[in-house]
Amino acid sequence: MIRSEILREIAPILRDQLIVCNIGLPSQELHIIDDQPSNFYMLGTMGLSSSIGLGLALAQDKTVISIDGDGSVLTNLGTLPTIANNVANNFILLIIDNGSYGSTGDQPTYAGKLTKLEAVATACGCENVVTCQDVDTGKVLQAAIDSKQMTIIVSKCDSGNIKLPVITKDPVVIRDRFMTAVAS
Amino acid sequence: MSIDKRIVDDLVANDVSFVTTVPCKQLAGVIEEVDARPEIFHIPSNKEDEGMGLCAGAWMGGKRPAIIMQNTAIGVTINTLATLIQYYRMPLPMIISYRGELREPVACQVEMAVHTKALLNQMNIPTYHFHKESDAAELDAILKYTFMCNKPVAILTDASFWGGYGDQ
Ligand SMILES: Cc1ncc(C[n+]2csc(CCOP(=O)(O)OP(=O)(O)O)c2C)c(N)n1
Ligand SMILES: [Mg+2]
Repeated sequence: MIRSEILREIAPILRDQLIVCNIGLPSQELHIIDDQPSNFYMLGTMGLSSSIGLGLALAQDKTVISIDGDGSVLTNLGTLPTIANNVANNFILLIIDNGSYGSTGDQPTYAGKLTKLEAVATACGCENVVTCQDVDTGKVLQAAIDSKQMTIIVSKCDSGNIKLPVITKDPVVIRDRFMTAVAS
Repeated sequence: MSIDKRIVDDLVANDVSFVTTVPCKQLAGVIEEVDARPEIFHIPSNKEDEGMGLCAGAWMGGKRPAIIMQNTAIGVTINTLATLIQYYRMPLPMIISYRGELREPVACQVEMAVHTKALLNQMNIPTYHFHKESDAAELDAILKYTFMCNKPVAILTDASFWGGYGDQ
């Protein structure tokens, strides 16, 4: 499966949670598949999906899922020790590991080579790190939500993208409706 | 009352309850004070752009955030300031140690000091410079201003403000 197929499959699970979605194609895909006020689309700032999600989870009680990419986690590797040492049991980091910088044309990342993000997360002190195959992402994600334990999921999938329009929504509109969903 | 305590009192009085920090020698006392306050959740970050991401999330979750950092980090946070904090219009008080000013013992610190105000100016970030201890009297108003206008606001605190470097 490619990332957009995973997102299509897990969309029914995502729609009831607060989602922070990674820059580029992941946000464009989620926006087309199932736009919700409870989705915070990142329009820039590669790398910070996990940080924004952790901050949000620590500040309030609702479940927060950060959808991240392998390349973006690599660019902000410092996030993993921060997550490990500041446990928020309403936080799930879902790393869609396609082994490439998908949004920029699937250039390979080191995660697609020798570096295992699940091992990095574990070494950083994260306790519940689950590696799964693309087809099992929904099952693993639902289990993580039900467990009420902070969980890092590394979902291994294929590189590849579908063609989609960019998001033209105003960032302040995205943020404002998201904050309304958070507070509701 | 110590200046560290006064700064943190102002944060608490303005309902700032989520603070991320990356240390600087000048900020050691204020970071210690932040860490000691039950009203504040202190979350050290590994890099300042990461810290700004944490602050953005916390603010959307209903908490007032702040970041405490060194001016040498301005360079690594430009993209985050432009594409996250400013683009989505979020408030972020930045208490910044202004290294590389008068009484600085480390020459390399001057290299970012000469760019600090120019970069903040280029970013249209409201900037306040604390040089004397009495300048801190404005902190309360600066915090209110930040959360009124939903912008990142810089508070540069130089060595003279912190009382120099002692025996260095
Ligand atoms: C600082 C910065 N560098 C580079 C880019 C370009 N860029 C945007 S998305 C992206 C790829 C992200 O890859 P990954 O996190 O693995 O997500 P994927 O698209 O593969 O799901 C890159 C390199 C950027 N937006 N910002
Ligand atoms: Mg990728």
